[in-house]
Amino acid sequence: MISKARLLAGAAMLGLAAQDAPAAAQVSGDTIKIGLITDMSGMYADADGSGGAEAVRMAIEDFGGEVAGNKIEFVVADHQNKADIGAARVREWIDRDGVDMVIAGPNSSVGLAVAKIAADKKKPFIAIGSTSSRLTNEECTPFTIHYAYDTVSLSKGTGAAVVADGGKSWFFLTADYVFGASIEKDTRAVIAAKGGTVAGSIKHPLGASDFSSFLLQAQGSGADVLALANAGADTINAIKAADEFGVGQSMKLVAMNMYLTDVHALGLQVAKGLYMTDGWYWDLNDETRAWGKKFFDRTNKMPTLLQVADYSAVRTYLEAVKATGADDGETIVARMKATPVNDVFVKDGVIRPDGRMVHDMYLMQVKTPEESKYPWDYYKLVKVIPGEDAATSKAESRCTLWTNATQ
Amino acid sequence: MVDIASGSAAPARIPATGGASRDAAALHRAIFIGLAALLVVAPFALYPVFLMKVMCFALFAVAFNLLLGYGGLLSFGHAAYFGMASYAAAYAAKVWGFTPELAILLGTFVGGLLGLVFGALAIRRQGIYFSMITLALAQMAFFFCLQAPFTGGEDGIQGVPRGKLFGLIDLSDDRALYVFVAIVFLGALALVYRIIHSPFGQALKAIRDNEPRAISLGYRASQYKLAVFVLSASLAGLAGATKAFVFQLATLTDVHWSMSGEVVLMTLVGGMGTIFGPLVGALVTVTMQNYLAQFGAWVTIIQGVVFVVCVLLFRQGVVGLIAKFIRKPL
Repeated sequence: MISKARLLAGAAMLGLAAQDAPAAAQVSGDTIKIGLITDMSGMYADADGSGGAEAVRMAIEDFGGEVAGNKIEFVVADHQNKADIGAARVREWIDRDGVDMVIAGPNSSVGLAVAKIAADKKKPFIAIGSTSSRLTNEECTPFTIHYAYDTVSLSKGTGAAVVADGGKSWFFLTADYVFGASIEKDTRAVIAAKGGTVAGSIKHPLGASDFSSFLLQAQGSGADVLALANAGADTINAIKAADEFGVGQSMKLVAMNMYLTDVHALGLQVAKGLYMTDGWYWDLNDETRAWGKKFFDRTNKMPTLLQVADYSAVRTYLEAVKATGADDGETIVARMKATPVNDVFVKDGVIRPDGRMVHDMYLMQVKTPEESKYPWDYYKLVKVIPGEDAATSKAESRCTLWTNATQ
Repeated sequence: MVDIASGSAAPARIPATGGASRDAAALHRAIFIGLAALLVVAPFALYPVFLMKVMCFALFAVAFNLLLGYGGLLSFGHAAYFGMASYAAAYAAKVWGFTPELAILLGTFVGGLLGLVFGALAIRRQGIYFSMITLALAQMAFFFCLQAPFTGGEDGIQGVPRGKLFGLIDLSDDRALYVFVAIVFLGALALVYRIIHSPFGQALKAIRDNEPRAISLGYRASQYKLAVFVLSASLAGLAGATKAFVFQLATLTDVHWSMSGEVVLMTLVGGMGTIFGPLVGALVTVTMQNYLAQFGAWVTIIQGVVFVVCVLLFRQGVVGLIAKFIRKPL
């Protein structure tokens, strides 16, 4: 009886699997299949999610759905922020469905897991939303390209820019886990190098609900800058609490990791005056505005860094396919690393041998409600952070692919 | 504890003696053989990694069901044993270069040891207090994993080498690994079956159904409860350690409280207190997670609806319902 139930369930799954079968049966050369694995339902769904999928579709439409005579197909899946689900899906995409390139949204544990699989199967893997710098250091592979940003670009870039802008004395409010600790460590190094000081730091547990005692300590420290080395809901809650305590009147508030959609969710009244580093903003110039509006018409939201990077990464990949007429991982990655990226996302972006895409970052300040003239008018550009300043140098790199290379 | 397992969701009873039990034993044997045959055929139709995942979760649910369905103890912290074992096995294989079988044994041992410590504390209280203590201890295990340097924090441990079984058989081939996982799975299932039908299992069921009476008959109820707790935690550890090899990773997902919730879901959907229920529950849940992934946000909603429908319409679970229908324990 029970085996009947299993058989029935099995048959149902066969039906589902059969939908994917035609693609698996085709030779990889007839279609270029792109897979996006991202968070569609959790806390990063706003920053990437369905908007990221739409951005990939926009890139494919730019090519008219065809590249070098091959049809472009696109699949997307929700990893639910679970590395095993993400890893299993990508494995199946490559093994059975003939996916040629994998692109991953937020969540570093998923990104690291997928990077290993893609390298095993020799497929290009473009990490967009993962912040872990391990992707291009200890865990670097010849097939990983880290496209948008990482903890180093957030901490080095922001640290240098804020110190140069007059924020000499710092206080850290750090989420008590690896991400928070590595951001704090990297930022401290930059502050020291640039002549700033750290007045103190305090750790808060992941998912803290009450920040009042932490913020009182921060205010009491007399530092110029309060850096929030945390992410997601913790950052949002800390900013709300800081607003209630009027921290912004005596200190510069710096969020080390935030997206445009977070500012949108907080509202300018609460977020005003906040400093943050972003890799892109829709209102930078005419080109970004045009693309932002195009994206807005399709999704009703302005694009975030992750979404524009999704678009740009797929374009760059497809350009490489077009130029080489090949779809094997080695040729494509070699071509991508050899060609500077120039599009709406970056100007003269370079993909280094360790897989890190080096491009300018921007120190932004959130506008006050009075300064904001139109919907989604949220950022003031404070400083452009040159790409080299925002990336690991070759001397610091722990990627043997690069440090052992002759170049 | 007793009230959690009894009531209208009472699991199917397994009589100890008489012709009915011989019938049931023959049926169970047939199901075992059918299951083994199915596992042989399945990889030709379905993706082997997916099947291995189903088996790992089925084993986890079977371990949990041993405690809930037969011990009447609702633990809300089973992810701790599953996840800790997963980390231990992944670390041992990646950093210390353990062979898969040794790493998995180590993981199982870690799960069991943690179960012994947590169980010894938790069984002192009953009902909801028991569940809350297991949840609290599991949360401590979660924060330990988040902080401890060897787990890699929120990044987890990736790229665990599958290695060579006994130094001979290369498990990096999906097919070889599949056979290995299938053997572990069937072996553990047979072990659980044996435990349930042993005198120990009978005493356990007596304690579940009426603890004061079992104590008055001379059974040391708390020792039985601790023993089943450790057994369940060890098997959960076995599942977690095996999973670390299937996916070559161990992450915080495995120790998160939602994983403890998921195993409750699997067991209840399949049928609490049935031998084969957790298998069906795991199959249903994992299939939903995997094949509904393209629907994005709908996965969790669909999962919730399935759970609600299940609780409202057939509280004995899928297999419990079938067992009731054919009037035989499954």
